[in-house]
Amino acid sequence: MKQCIYKIESNDPLTATVYRMRLSGDTSAFARPGQFLNIALAGLFLRRPISVCDYDETGVTIIYKVVRKGTAQMAAMRPGETLDVLTGLGNGYDSAKCGGHALLLGGGVGVPPLYGLCKELRAQGKQVSVVLGFNTKDEVFYETEFRALGAAVTVTTADGSHGVKGFVTDALPDAYDYFFACGPEPMLRAVCAAAKTSGQLSFEERMGCGFGACMGCSCKTLTGNKRICKEGPVLEKEEIRWES
Amino acid sequence: MGKLTVDLCGITLDNPVIPASGTFGFGYEFAELYDINCLGTFSFKGTTKEPRFGNPTPRIAECTAGMINAVGLQNPGVDAVIAEELPKLAGVFRKPVMANVSGFSVEEYAETCGKLDGQPQVGWLEVNVSCPNVHGGGMSFGVDPQAAACVVRAVKAVTTKPVIVKLSPNVTDIVAIAKACEEAGADGLSLINTLLGMRIDLRTRRPVIANTMGGFSGPAIFPVALRMVYQVAHAVAIPVVGMGGVSSAEDVLEMMLAGAAAVEVGTANLIDPFACKKIIDDLPRAMKAYNISSLSEIIKGVR
Repeated sequence: MKQCIYKIESNDPLTATVYRMRLSGDTSAFARPGQFLNIALAGLFLRRPISVCDYDETGVTIIYKVVRKGTAQMAAMRPGETLDVLTGLGNGYDSAKCGGHALLLGGGVGVPPLYGLCKELRAQGKQVSVVLGFNTKDEVFYETEFRALGAAVTVTTADGSHGVKGFVTDALPDAYDYFFACGPEPMLRAVCAAAKTSGQLSFEERMGCGFGACMGCSCKTLTGNKRICKEGPVLEKEEIRWES
Repeated sequence: MGKLTVDLCGITLDNPVIPASGTFGFGYEFAELYDINCLGTFSFKGTTKEPRFGNPTPRIAECTAGMINAVGLQNPGVDAVIAEELPKLAGVFRKPVMANVSGFSVEEYAETCGKLDGQPQVGWLEVNVSCPNVHGGGMSFGVDPQAAACVVRAVKAVTTKPVIVKLSPNVTDIVAIAKACEEAGADGLSLINTLLGMRIDLRTRRPVIANTMGGFSGPAIFPVALRMVYQVAHAVAIPVVGMGGVSSAEDVLEMMLAGAAAVEVGTANLIDPFACKKIIDDLPRAMKAYNISSLSEIIKGVR
């Protein structure tokens, strides 16, 4: 973890409620796709944890949905403004555990961290199939971006207005060696039930600090208690203990 | 440069700044960021006899100038703290540490404190009496002078280390509890623990916290904490450790003027992991600005 000041390079809507922000600054604390940063916002007490879509030596890209005050404040920020961020948080996805053909499953704002992962898997020479799930056509983003990385992309919409009608689990390919998922908890549950292979899933929880100090985001797993912000947000399918 | 050292129950602190229990874990997360030996000491994560997972999530709710937590004393249990956490801590922290202890019966407090008494790394025992008493209908030890005194006597019987009782602010008369603890043999008092609070999500109409209520902390509670530190420090002869919403060097000075011999910093660590280091580094400037040559001289110096 590092505390850094990031400068906003761009901040533009991808859909009516989803924005992409490009930030420049020190990214040396990031080691893997699927990690997150924790952003301090003026007038709001807690930082806002946001997953990283992609990063390089010069900065990070985040994609966030405007839900309440904090994200609405972020959407109103302009290029040139700065943000106080804690960087390199969480464990991220371990792409080394995946064989030759990866399946990536993203739902809504769970899609962004899979982009950096897809890039990494493609750089390792692996075949990548991606299924992106949204509610409706107007909410779809990053379909072409994943395709540009050389992935086989399927989009599902719950109302059938674009791509396959249904959920990501309605469009799983027949063959793959390993899966990676990020999305709302009901989706992750369904993915675990439907997946034929091992995999890694990224979870969300309300956080206090975001770096392991407050125990606000703990969960029970089959391999012991874990902090979503520190030993997570990515857990392996085999260790997840679903609460009924 | 002004003198920052203070005495806490016979042990000298290089400065009065102490990260509060539950906001600093066992120190390692912060030791990755800065040398935590700059601290006066720190109070480690509340430890119980048995391991505890704590409450269901969500455990955190945001408030204006503060937050609510209902972690529920998640900790690995005293045996694991002694076997695993303290040896690990020895690698990053050379000073005596404050051991924060919770329990759900008088016997549990005594057993946990007895085990920690044998640990040379432990300088003080900070006994959190805000927990529910399972033999007392679940009522907190800290709301009843007799129940609190009972815990203090039991702990004092098993340790030679200074015992600091951490008081709950969720009481009608905190001075009565403080005096009862002093009479029972407490070597010091620390206050305040969190204020019981609640938030409701307007969309779902449900409490934000899974446990419905939780402990409210952060800058919003500073005036309440300061008032209670002032009241208690003027009613007892033992040292008082002040805490509650402290987030700047000026807050530290104010707490000490109200009567605090040392000052714990809690929630600020969660928002800015460097908060305690920044406060310590800033103290000489703040002391100069208010013409203070020695911190120990301003304790209870309010006119």
